[in-house]
Amino acid sequence: MSETVIESSRSLRGTWRDLWLYRELFFFLAWRDLLVRYKQTAIGLAWSVITPLLTMTILTLVFSRLAGLPSADLPYPVLVFAAMLPWQFFSNTLSMSSTSLINNRNMVSKVYFPRIIIPSTSMVVSLTDLSISLVLLACLMTWFGIAPSWRLLALVPLTLLAALTSLGAGYWISSLNVKYRDFRYIVPFMIQFGLYISPVGFSSSVVPDEWRFLYSMNPMVGVIDGFRWAIAPSPGALYWPGFISSVVLALILFASGAAFFLRTERKFADVI
Amino acid sequence: MSAIIEIEGLGKKYVIGHEKNARYETVRDSIAHFGRGVWQRLRHPLLPNRERVDLEEFWALRDIDLSIERGDRVGIIGSNGAGKSTLLKILSRVTEPSTGRVKLRGRVASLLEVGTGFHPELTGRENVFLNGAILGMSHREIRARFDEIVAFAEVERFLDTPVKRYSSGMYVRLAFAIAAHLEPEILIVDEVLAVGDASFRKKCLGKMGAAQSEGRTVIFVSHNMQAVKQLCNRGVVLRAGGMSFCGSAEDAVDHYLKGDKGADSIANLTDAVEMLPNDPVFRFDEIRLTQDGEEIDRVDNGKALEISMSYRVFKETQGLRVYFDCCDAEEVLLFRSFHDEDCDTIPTVAPGSYRSRVVIPANFLGPTIYRLVFRATIYNQRTLPPVSGISVLLNVEQAGRYNRAYLGDTFRGKIAPCLDWKTEPLDAR
Repeated sequence: MSETVIESSRSLRGTWRDLWLYRELFFFLAWRDLLVRYKQTAIGLAWSVITPLLTMTILTLVFSRLAGLPSADLPYPVLVFAAMLPWQFFSNTLSMSSTSLINNRNMVSKVYFPRIIIPSTSMVVSLTDLSISLVLLACLMTWFGIAPSWRLLALVPLTLLAALTSLGAGYWISSLNVKYRDFRYIVPFMIQFGLYISPVGFSSSVVPDEWRFLYSMNPMVGVIDGFRWAIAPSPGALYWPGFISSVVLALILFASGAAFFLRTERKFADVI
Repeated sequence: MSAIIEIEGLGKKYVIGHEKNARYETVRDSIAHFGRGVWQRLRHPLLPNRERVDLEEFWALRDIDLSIERGDRVGIIGSNGAGKSTLLKILSRVTEPSTGRVKLRGRVASLLEVGTGFHPELTGRENVFLNGAILGMSHREIRARFDEIVAFAEVERFLDTPVKRYSSGMYVRLAFAIAAHLEPEILIVDEVLAVGDASFRKKCLGKMGAAQSEGRTVIFVSHNMQAVKQLCNRGVVLRAGGMSFCGSAEDAVDHYLKGDKGADSIANLTDAVEMLPNDPVFRFDEIRLTQDGEEIDRVDNGKALEISMSYRVFKETQGLRVYFDCCDAEEVLLFRSFHDEDCDTIPTVAPGSYRSRVVIPANFLGPTIYRLVFRATIYNQRTLPPVSGISVLLNVEQAGRYNRAYLGDTFRGKIAPCLDWKTEPLDAR
């Protein structure tokens, strides 16, 4: 017989136990988000093909043809597309998770479950998009005659790194959003801004060496560089100091975001 | 055997800000507020903190001690704002208490509002799985009970239709069916029986009865006293955040309807008027309820009920109105009557003493319980104290002409005007 004690302060152990008890809800909510996404759409799944392809074309035109930036180790379209995979994964997860609590307001104020499930499920929808984009990437690689190598395996931990980054930011913003509604205006701005300060349309090798480490303070720089490194047939060495700082920052962002979320979640129902 | 729910010293405090115009704070507001606070500090370092003064603590629930045994069906009653919903929210863990603790020995499922988490775009079938998961069922459990749920809700034909196209009745039936098949040890129900057609209600009552025979514990919140008496064996009356009664369901309903300690009885009306706060414009001096010129404590609906309000006005006031609300036992307003309701223009009241009298005619009130609330107001300006009014409960006894041949019949209306019926035979044979 399970015994639950409700008090004004909840123990962390109780939180873990509840997360385990409600693990199925995570999948159900992710499944709901996937279903809802394509209800009442005309071309449905095709959206996850069209948007990255169009963005890739534009970025290639602007940065390669007009600005004339160097393409480093990859053909320019592949260089851009390899960066767009993690970038879109990041921006989709972040924008969905940051508004997720508000969108599920009635659930939060009516039933109990570990709230952290809600922003976390946003990742699953983005993961589906990512896997569709991976198929597109495979097509592009075949077109440009790029043979895959064992380095492709690195995509798995790199995706995890992008997930930690976006979830960390998502936890911060979604919980702040419960009380301060203006955080939802910050997110689109952050994403737009991030597209230019992250090396999505260009190779990070164009950044002057003395600025390179500072530039890597953006965790997505490490992820994007990693994606390109994993795909390129004969890449240069990875910029390790930058990459490690990206990883450390992503971990800090995730841990602090989760801690903040868990600390504030018990007040959600009162203020949402 | 130990109790399935143990509540000790439970309290819930909300802090109400007095800058309540904007419901959601924005960062900009917070910064501006903070800036103002700092500025105040710098200018008047010795003043008490203004921010504290601006915030008011409000105890929605206070010092609740209750223990509920396995298999009990507990009805929770109380007027609006008595703390019922807060108590349920704490029990279902939606919100945390500020003080005290609750021990739950079993799985809790709550129906704070049926259909929580229903997504309008999803089909009935999809929503069953989703809602089940939200309410804490495992995938296996939902699959095992799927057919039962669908049959109970009577929506077989619409399983693959998005629920946004459901009628509200279908929607509620499906939502309730899912929750009814949860089979938790503790079921928390709030106001669900108010919706749905008669046959569905009957099924719900059956389901709750079954929950009892299976030894399940039910906590039921409702304004429907009949349902509480029918479904529950224990009753708890909440009043202004505290527990004012705990006992059998019948006694709790009686206690609630009579009001606490007879405070709202006709006999107490004089005291209630004397304790009123002072106001520069207006004061009630006396409120009397009589029948045939005699003081009463119960109302005979065969006789007219005379209401007389004496009051003083200290300043010339335009639009000063004394009135009363007539509500049913569930505090639903039936009608409101003003002393100047039959005037062409807004009258001006000169200073002086007045008595306003009105008669509720015989053969109008039904054999039930009413609440009259006496108030005064200045039109478009303010409600005169006491803002909550002076409240009195009327126990009306059947003695009038209405339905007098069928005295055992349940009274089903709100009022019982004895209308002028004429029945004549059409084919005189």
